[in-house]
Amino acid sequence: MSDFRAMFTGFPNFNVSEGFFPNINLQEKLNWAEEFIQNVLMPRLPEAVAAHFPVELGTTLVMFACAGIFVAVVPLLPLVLVLAERKVAARFQNRTGPMRVGPWGTLQTLADGIKLIFKEDFIPPQGDRFLFLLAPYVIFACSFAVFAAIPFGQNILVSDFNIGIFYIMAISSVIVMGVIMAGWSSNSKWSLLGSLRSAAQIVSYEIPLGLSILTIVMLVESLSMREIVDSQSNGVFSWLIFRSPFTFIAFFIFFISAIAEVNRTPFDLPEAESEIVAGFHTEYSGMRFALFFIAEYANMFAVSAIAVTLFLGGWEGALPGYDILGGMPGFVIKTLALVFLMMWLRWTLPRLRVDQLMNLCWKYFIPIAFFNILGTGIWGLIFEEDSVWSIGISCAIIYIGLISAYMIAGRVMAQKPEPQPSSA
Amino acid sequence: MEFTLKTFIFYGFALMTVASALLVVTVRNIVHAAFSLMVTLFGVAGLYVFLQADFLAATQVIVYVGGILVLILFGVMMTSGRLEMRIHIERGQLLLGGAVALALLMLLLTVIANTPAWKNRIDDGTELQPTTERIGELILNGPFLLPFEVVSVLLLVALIGAALISRKEVRD
Repeated sequence: MSDFRAMFTGFPNFNVSEGFFPNINLQEKLNWAEEFIQNVLMPRLPEAVAAHFPVELGTTLVMFACAGIFVAVVPLLPLVLVLAERKVAARFQNRTGPMRVGPWGTLQTLADGIKLIFKEDFIPPQGDRFLFLLAPYVIFACSFAVFAAIPFGQNILVSDFNIGIFYIMAISSVIVMGVIMAGWSSNSKWSLLGSLRSAAQIVSYEIPLGLSILTIVMLVESLSMREIVDSQSNGVFSWLIFRSPFTFIAFFIFFISAIAEVNRTPFDLPEAESEIVAGFHTEYSGMRFALFFIAEYANMFAVSAIAVTLFLGGWEGALPGYDILGGMPGFVIKTLALVFLMMWLRWTLPRLRVDQLMNLCWKYFIPIAFFNILGTGIWGLIFEEDSVWSIGISCAIIYIGLISAYMIAGRVMAQKPEPQPSSA
Repeated sequence: MEFTLKTFIFYGFALMTVASALLVVTVRNIVHAAFSLMVTLFGVAGLYVFLQADFLAATQVIVYVGGILVLILFGVMMTSGRLEMRIHIERGQLLLGGAVALALLMLLLTVIANTPAWKNRIDDGTELQPTTERIGELILNGPFLLPFEVVSVLLLVALIGAALISRKEVRD
């Protein structure tokens, strides 16, 4: 070892006996698990026990327990959302939806879930077994890791990263890899086509998505989710969507791109059942299929929650200072409203074609998103601080813009149904 | 030697990186190689977090895993047959590759040797600041403004070139 060190002058003088990285502090401040152990648990223990209490191990165990609770609770969301989706669809089509299992069919998803667990777990014999088994977990893990950075309420946040929103983007961009993995390892043309479509779509729509997030980051000057929410704490007009006309546009670009990211109608080409059976998860059955399903609905909730955090005030209420239960009910209501909007769109609009999908992204959304960034920069130069003036002007511009858009749309709609003069 | 949870996680990431990197170069199936490259890149991102470079870690994942690796897989899937995509290695390639690897190893060792006491960066008591703001200052308002702009023009040129090549020729 000493010879090796002598090879280079100025070799870092770390002592091997101390360990390579003897004491790595990710953050100086205590994390909540350690705080819980040291401030809540330790004073209540008998002194003899407390003296030998393994804080490090205890912290780890508390963190694992919380992660366990988290992983157990979050799948309940899809359980509710699947039922909600079926009920919403039923109302849109003048049906009643599931009614048999439990009162008003409320236990239908549970029954379906149990059915899926007991179904045969079929693995295509010609496919790539290892990757086929791995793919659902990649998607599932990534869509759940996103929840770690979403602030559900005042102190209901798993981890306040410095790079919160950037972390969310990074983790959710890995979902594509899971999709490609699933599609390729199934050894089926439907799966492969579906996964390629999905990957192309997600990679494309990530650009307008990221650019609209950037407008928010420019205004808040922080990537941390907590700081983004904190900057919206003065009631409905301090919500970032109203803070400048450009964030108002950015919200819609974000939301539509997010729908495309989670592969829902009108952007559900990767799963277009009339063309490619079920897309990348065609070959999956039983519990593995259920994992994809849960991940899809968890994603849907996650992107709505991110939209609420970035644009609609997060857990802050519409009136300043009224946060019931740390703002969590308000947050959940706002998020579910966006989820309902997604369902509404799904059961109202037809599916786009591939070329329409790509045109929308590359020819409209990306230029508009760049325009937004430029505009936000100029806005930030004109109004250095948010004031009554800046918010008033912004709201006025948004109002005028909406009215004129409504009138232009009315003109265009009125022109359209003009029947073509027949030659006869 | 204090063996904390973080040390444990660090060695976990290190093992993950090295093992999957070995898989990338030894495995015969190119798609398997691409997927183990994903694990390697994740491991390196984890190591960046341990060096307090959180922004760099997220960038690593977003650019390499979410972008470049997807492009690699796209290329493989669009051009090749199906599951039986194998790599053939000839002796000349092996020799050349070995020489490049050796040169890279020497370069990395020199860099490690000349890095001024990186252990002290964590131990000297100064609280490490989040890097995002400093990166932004350096790139947009500091010494790296010109390189940054040059790189963006380069990328724009590459983008236009790609669009030009892939475009169908319109004949009249």
